[in-house]
Amino acid sequence: MISIVALLLWGVAALLGTAMLAIAVSRRDSATQLVYGLILGIAALVFLAVSSHLVGDPAGVSAVTLPLGLPWIGAHFRLDALSAFFLVVVNLGGAFASLYGLGYGRHESAPHRVLPFFPAFLAGMNLVVLADDAFTFLLSWEFMSLASWALVMAHHREPDNTRAGYIYLVMASFGTLALLLAFGLLAGPAGTYTFDAMRAAEPTRFVAAAVLALMLLGAGSKAGLVPLHVWLPLAHPAAPSHVSALMSGVMTKVAIYGFIRVIFDLLGEPAWWSGVVVLFLGGLTAVLGILHALMEKDLKRLLAYSTIENIGVIFVSLGLALAFKANAMPSAAALALTAALFHVLNHSFFKSLLFFGAGAVLTATGERNMEKLGGLIHRMPLTSFVFLVGCVSISALPPFNGFVSEWLAFQAILQSPDLPQWGLKVMVPAVGGLLALSAALAAACFVKAFGITFLGRPRSAAMEQVREVDRYSLAAMFALAALCLLAGILPGLVIDGISPVTLSLIGNRMPVQMAQPWLSIVPIAESRSSYNGLLVLVFITISASLAAVVIHRFASHALRRGPAWGCGFPDITPAAQYTAVSFAQPIRRVFGTFAFRAKEKVEMPPPGATGPARLTVEMHDVIWETFYQPIAGAVGYASEKLNRLQFLTIRRYLTLVFLYLVTLLLVLALWP
Amino acid sequence: MNGLTFDIAHLLAGGLVLVSFMMLYQDRLFALINVFALHAVVLALSVAWQAYVQDAHHLYVTAAIALVFKAIVIPVGLHRIIQRLGIHRDIETAVGIGPTMLAGIGLVTLSMVLMLRVTPDADPLAREDLAFALSIILLGLLVMVTRRNAVSQVVGFMSLENGLVLAATGAKGMPLVVEISVAFSILIAFIVIGVFLFRIRERFDSVDVGALDDYRGERR
Repeated sequence: MISIVALLLWGVAALLGTAMLAIAVSRRDSATQLVYGLILGIAALVFLAVSSHLVGDPAGVSAVTLPLGLPWIGAHFRLDALSAFFLVVVNLGGAFASLYGLGYGRHESAPHRVLPFFPAFLAGMNLVVLADDAFTFLLSWEFMSLASWALVMAHHREPDNTRAGYIYLVMASFGTLALLLAFGLLAGPAGTYTFDAMRAAEPTRFVAAAVLALMLLGAGSKAGLVPLHVWLPLAHPAAPSHVSALMSGVMTKVAIYGFIRVIFDLLGEPAWWSGVVVLFLGGLTAVLGILHALMEKDLKRLLAYSTIENIGVIFVSLGLALAFKANAMPSAAALALTAALFHVLNHSFFKSLLFFGAGAVLTATGERNMEKLGGLIHRMPLTSFVFLVGCVSISALPPFNGFVSEWLAFQAILQSPDLPQWGLKVMVPAVGGLLALSAALAAACFVKAFGITFLGRPRSAAMEQVREVDRYSLAAMFALAALCLLAGILPGLVIDGISPVTLSLIGNRMPVQMAQPWLSIVPIAESRSSYNGLLVLVFITISASLAAVVIHRFASHALRRGPAWGCGFPDITPAAQYTAVSFAQPIRRVFGTFAFRAKEKVEMPPPGATGPARLTVEMHDVIWETFYQPIAGAVGYASEKLNRLQFLTIRRYLTLVFLYLVTLLLVLALWP
Repeated sequence: MNGLTFDIAHLLAGGLVLVSFMMLYQDRLFALINVFALHAVVLALSVAWQAYVQDAHHLYVTAAIALVFKAIVIPVGLHRIIQRLGIHRDIETAVGIGPTMLAGIGLVTLSMVLMLRVTPDADPLAREDLAFALSIILLGLLVMVTRRNAVSQVVGFMSLENGLVLAATGAKGMPLVVEISVAFSILIAFIVIGVFLFRIRERFDSVDVGALDDYRGERR
């Protein structure tokens, strides 16, 4: 009998084989169908294998060591509850992305740049989650980064994509460097690279703090934690849309997996202040991410910024879990960790769905700029419907899934008065406020995304020829929309599915939810709070139907069509509609001054002149200008100066070496 | 170890450093090569003395190699190259003789201070040898960086290698195969550099390495 982890490794091998096959056949017409079909099959099989493992033997651990990699270590792989959960996320996302790719991939201008890397990327993510020693983990991590970089560079001739790829590469290398150092510290002077040995070791407080900082840098830069997020809104939109979905919906989750694996599993007992750090960064990330998303006009960039916000939400929950775990409050810690993992799953659903929707809009219109879209609901009714579902889910509105996980996070926040440290007592409600703010802003942001893109009137003539996208894309989007709803009305199923993870990491779990009557969920006790998605759905359905009936019964026959009042504006062109920028203007007024150093300038023509008045808005990316520009400037200056070293004479090179040697000897001689 | 043995070893190694200093102020190519031959002879004597002292017979082979190749074959070869190429026979220095000598004194002081400090537990003979060897290596490098002429750079390189051999023989138990391979690598380096000299000469009518830099379009 083959062990489950060996089976999964065969799946990874099959994905790598598909990548090889894709290199061979990528120039043929049928290649797209063949490759995506294969990936769909493999990812679905891996998903089935993992979920059957989760259902049948949730606490079971299966490990295998392959004689690969460093000869004295070998490559260790291991499947436990945590990796099984993330494998579900990865392969479900991968399966839907390839289903979508079956249709979307046909419009690909350069399939030979996408097809080989897509399965390799998926294989890399699977390997990261399965890895059980530091060497394998880092190798898989780099493989994942490089494969996704190749996908970002698929359309390298488009303006800005090269820069996006460059920044991504720099940030990915930086992140891996931080991870390398973190694992080096965990391995200790003895250099034990297996996770088992790291788990057994007892790091000192200093080492634990350093590892936490390095993991926040390493995993945080991949996940998009502020201020390491700069590459994300550049790189994610640059890739083809199903890859963007995979990067945003799944790869950021793999980064979170790395963080959880090290901080919750390998590092042992956390210190209470580690929760403060993670909470603060999470709250900051959530608010800044969604503020940037609100200011964005490019649909895919908006989605990428919204990913940053969701990462912030997840990190807030993780910070809470750390704080509770450090204070020996296992049930609260289990609640917070469940909220985090639930949001991981949810975000992979609705962010994939939204990126697919953006991809559908892009294929149909060739446009990502929302200011040129509009009125698509008439031309693409199905796409707009599923996009709306995605928007509602991500805005955390019941009865969809986004609400449940954010609600759980708030339930965990409400446990904070029991914490003993005053720092946490003050910090957690403040972060809760940030979370609430970001949730509200997210709703505004997605009202804008949906409203400007799909509602109103077309803003350019090209919108007239738009047609609905193909059936594969629609199938993928509808399936994800259905999952969003299902996870929203059956949250107990997901929570119970997550419970083996919390049991293994925290040693406790949330109460069994599927035993509750009528699909309710009760995080702590019925007397404190409970939520029933089904009830909300039924209520919304009935009240909305009733309202519709009443309106049609009493008001429809009174419908009149007349000219709309144009506010005194004589020529009502589509340009006179609300735009993305004008929609965000009130929020820019409130937050723009400190978040973007925004300046508005109005130029009024003098009285009597017929020229137009002009409103100019100047905005800055504060984080880019504060952190990155000085570094980039310093590196540029140094390389400018060092460039001269390339053009010395032979004798001067010899002199340099000689002087260097003499200096070293001098240091040695003068060393006390 | 009796005092005389030590004194003779000391004398020979010190003599090598002295000959290295002689290289620093030569401004004629032939004279430089002759000094190099002398360097090799002193090295051969020193190695032979070490072989006698340590009762290590294979070191006689090393001494013979040094004598045959470095004191005879290479200097003769260099003489012939210079004659056949008709190379301009005085050496253009990049740094004046005086400062070079001063720098040389500084380097010898440095290596003495350093070596005597870091090897307090070693055998006194090996200790002195190492200190002298480091001085010779640094002086060889100094010859290389203060001369513009390719031939003198070759000679600097070879004298540097003599320092390595001195260090190797001073340490007991250095296997013969290492020394032979070092000797052969030097010979091969000599051949390669000789070939390069021909090529440079063919192309630029000069073995002043500055010509190479001019060819690359760069300033000195």
